[in-house]
Amino acid sequence: MAELTPFQTVGPFFAICLSQPGCARIATEKAAGRHITIEGTVRDGTGAVVPDSLVEIWQANAAGRYAHPDDHQPKPLDPDFTGYGRAPTDDDGRFVIETVMPGRVPGPGETLQAPHLLLGILARGILTRLVTRVYFEDEPSTHDDPILSLVPAERRATLVAKPIGDDRYRFDLKLQGEGETVFFDV
Amino acid sequence: MTGDIYRRPSDDVHPPRDFPGYRGTALRHPKEPLVLIPQTLSEITGPVYGHRSVTEADRDLTNRGSGEPIGERIIVEGRVLDEDGRPVRDSLVELWQANAAGRYAHRVDQHAAPLDPNFTGAGRAITDAEGRYRFLTIKPGAYPWLNHANAWRPAHIHFSLWGPSFLTRLVTQMYFPGDPLLALDPIYNSVPDPRGRERLISRFDLSLTQPEYALGYRFDIIVRGRHATPMEAQHG
Ligand SMILES: [Fe+3]
Repeated sequence: MAELTPFQTVGPFFAICLSQPGCARIATEKAAGRHITIEGTVRDGTGAVVPDSLVEIWQANAAGRYAHPDDHQPKPLDPDFTGYGRAPTDDDGRFVIETVMPGRVPGPGETLQAPHLLLGILARGILTRLVTRVYFEDEPSTHDDPILSLVPAERRATLVAKPIGDDRYRFDLKLQGEGETVFFDV
Repeated sequence: MTGDIYRRPSDDVHPPRDFPGYRGTALRHPKEPLVLIPQTLSEITGPVYGHRSVTEADRDLTNRGSGEPIGERIIVEGRVLDEDGRPVRDSLVELWQANAAGRYAHRVDQHAAPLDPNFTGAGRAITDAEGRYRFLTIKPGAYPWLNHANAWRPAHIHFSLWGPSFLTRLVTQMYFPGDPLLALDPIYNSVPDPRGRERLISRFDLSLTQPEYALGYRFDIIVRGRHATPMEAQHG
């Protein structure tokens, strides 16, 4: 068996390669579904903003299908939607993602997962990528999602984006300390 | 965890989240333990995008200006494989690096070394049927950073790739053999297993060099593999 190549930090200069204009726009107008914007701020253990991180998103389309060969569900693919985007944080630690509300996808056993995005975060000072999920407060299924229910109840709110009007949601990330975002071992 | 599709890495493969020698980790690592979750359809799928826009010219980092960049031309070639040695085909490999003087073409880089108008330091390639990628670039210079007194990063090239799923995402750095700065570098030394650290060092390969033009370095990249399915196990 070949042995894994270890992770190393993305460092402070990834933008020369990893953030092209428009890369945070996961869905263009043509994509099917409810168009939403997710914005947030990334903060460190002192509450200071993190201006040099990269947020990466992977999600299903509005019908709940992933644009990937291992998704065999009989649901439509959307030719105008890949489900992938990445958003660098700006000088104020802020990121903005334009996408569509994902549909529900199967979970473990016979369960169905609530609409969610996978989120990976890379930055100077992060040696190995951190992984979390974004759920939506106004989606009724969020509250009995099979994965979210594995998270201690008092910490679940860190994974739930709050509606802030006009199909906009707020999802802040706290890398450490009070209100620390839940990160997953996958 | 039962039902996993992709193998989980052992604890000594990747750097810990908190590594005191690398100061930047102090305030950017979660203190709560990670929450173990099963691998669902969400995790075992992942972006397979970006291929259409990548051209042959994207893997030549020496062609970005009106003239040749300053520095020692190198060819960097390798294969992207999974833990079972299976090639990862049609996969996007992105890299970025400092110029020969150790300076990035990035507004935040204030190192007092010259920028090179003929070098942007970014490239992309798609792996072929054998998982192979190949770049033509120049050897990056070492550069100072503020981690500790007289701290210098060894010469390195940053690599980013996804592989076949969200779980195979890898961001890493390739180093050069024999670099005396490696022993002093907290980022390199954050990898717990010494054999893991060695896997970050490219190999000089005379057969890869182009006579009278460029030296060759080989760097293979291994991403997470899948557990054998019952069917595969039966057939060995
Ligand atoms: Fe670097």
